[in-house]
Amino acid sequence: MTLSFHRLANPARFQRLARRALPWSWAVAVLATGSGFVWGLALSPADYQQGDTVRVMYVHVPAAWMAMACYALMAVLSASFLVWKHQLAGIAALAAAPVGACFTAIALITGSLWGKPTWGTWWVWDARLTSVLVLFFLYLGYLALAGAFDDRMRGLRAASLLALVGIINLPIIKFSVDWWNTLHQPASILRAGGPSIHASMLWPLMITALGFAAFLVAILLVRIRSELAQWRIEALMRRHTRDVP
Amino acid sequence: MTTFGALVRRDLALATRRGGDAALTLVFFVVAVAVFPFGVGPDPELLARIAAGIIWVTALLASMTSLERLYRADLEDGSLEIMALSAQPLELQVAAKCLAHWMTSGLPVVVLSPLMAMLLNLDVAAWWILVVSLAIGTPILSLIGSIGAALVLGARKSGALVGLIVLPLQVPVMIFGIGAVEALLGGAPVLPPLLIEAAILIAGTPLALLASAVALRMAIE
Repeated sequence: MTLSFHRLANPARFQRLARRALPWSWAVAVLATGSGFVWGLALSPADYQQGDTVRVMYVHVPAAWMAMACYALMAVLSASFLVWKHQLAGIAALAAAPVGACFTAIALITGSLWGKPTWGTWWVWDARLTSVLVLFFLYLGYLALAGAFDDRMRGLRAASLLALVGIINLPIIKFSVDWWNTLHQPASILRAGGPSIHASMLWPLMITALGFAAFLVAILLVRIRSELAQWRIEALMRRHTRDVP
Repeated sequence: MTTFGALVRRDLALATRRGGDAALTLVFFVVAVAVFPFGVGPDPELLARIAAGIIWVTALLASMTSLERLYRADLEDGSLEIMALSAQPLELQVAAKCLAHWMTSGLPVVVLSPLMAMLLNLDVAAWWILVVSLAIGTPILSLIGSIGAALVLGARKSGALVGLIVLPLQVPVMIFGIGAVEALLGGAPVLPPLLIEAAILIAGTPLALLASAVALRMAIE
């Protein structure tokens, strides 16, 4: 496991692997997301309480899962960048950050759109909403820090450390926000989704989630490759300006 | 330990002499708290209800005002490199810097908080809880802030950046700090939030010192 992980740190090997994996992940992304959406948005039954509003879930829930998975991925990559100095890992974390931020934003926006008809308000300071909002802020902090330095490698290293500090903090934030919410408004929390979910809704949800995950992989591969190209171009330009006085 | 003491003394001297941050942070805290009633209205009951929140949020912002300069001057005049090269562990020196930062930004806030609580009409019985929660919480603010201050060293636009990366991380401390006061006002046990706050301080101190030291080494490489 570790061995193959380290082997992946070789950019040339990664490029070969990415070229082979890319068409597959795009295919799964398009097919699964497409069929999941058709099933979820058109064919699946409406909820007996929420009506058609429940269909927001087929976008919202997978997006929220991807938002969290992306941060965990970012933290693992940042750790391997700081510990083993795998540049590719750092670059991959940097490539993952805006994607994760977008998924977080999608989760927040769709959640808000769902909340208006269901809860009667765009936003409540519910524990889950609040911790996802803080997650969004962590993404923004990472991106701002990574982009704040003239030396991009310095920015990447600082941001990687921040990602690690963030992942240690996330459970504490989650716990504190849960605690805070129950203290402030006991028993008024509306149950989202009901006790359990019927198979007619679970299947399209899972298929959409698979599609989103495949999309995440595909877009990450594309972004990592473009980042690699960008760093290479910059290195070449630096060498060029050094050679030509 | 002499290095530790010397660093604390130096930073205290720098902060309290002319052009230092200590007085400014203090005035900022008082003025910022006093601005809130103009924003939310002078209703004593409303102010009493949100007093702990106002004081805590302002304490957060007050500790932020001097953060950006915590390591910058040391980086610019080269003393940061001396610190990193010295025989003393960098983590210990970070602890000294954090202690000095807390004594000039956190401690004054703790001392002044009863006065502010009085201005905001907070129940007198809750004053001491507010003081205790701030006394445990403000060192954490300095410690987490130190990570942020070390990370932005050398960045193009560090002022607002420190706030952006530090504020989300400080949310839990604030929640439990205010939670203790709210618990007292609501008749719930006060001890659990204070103990959790103390636990965050105890567990967070070594981690924050470690992370700050790593970030500082990145900055001087």
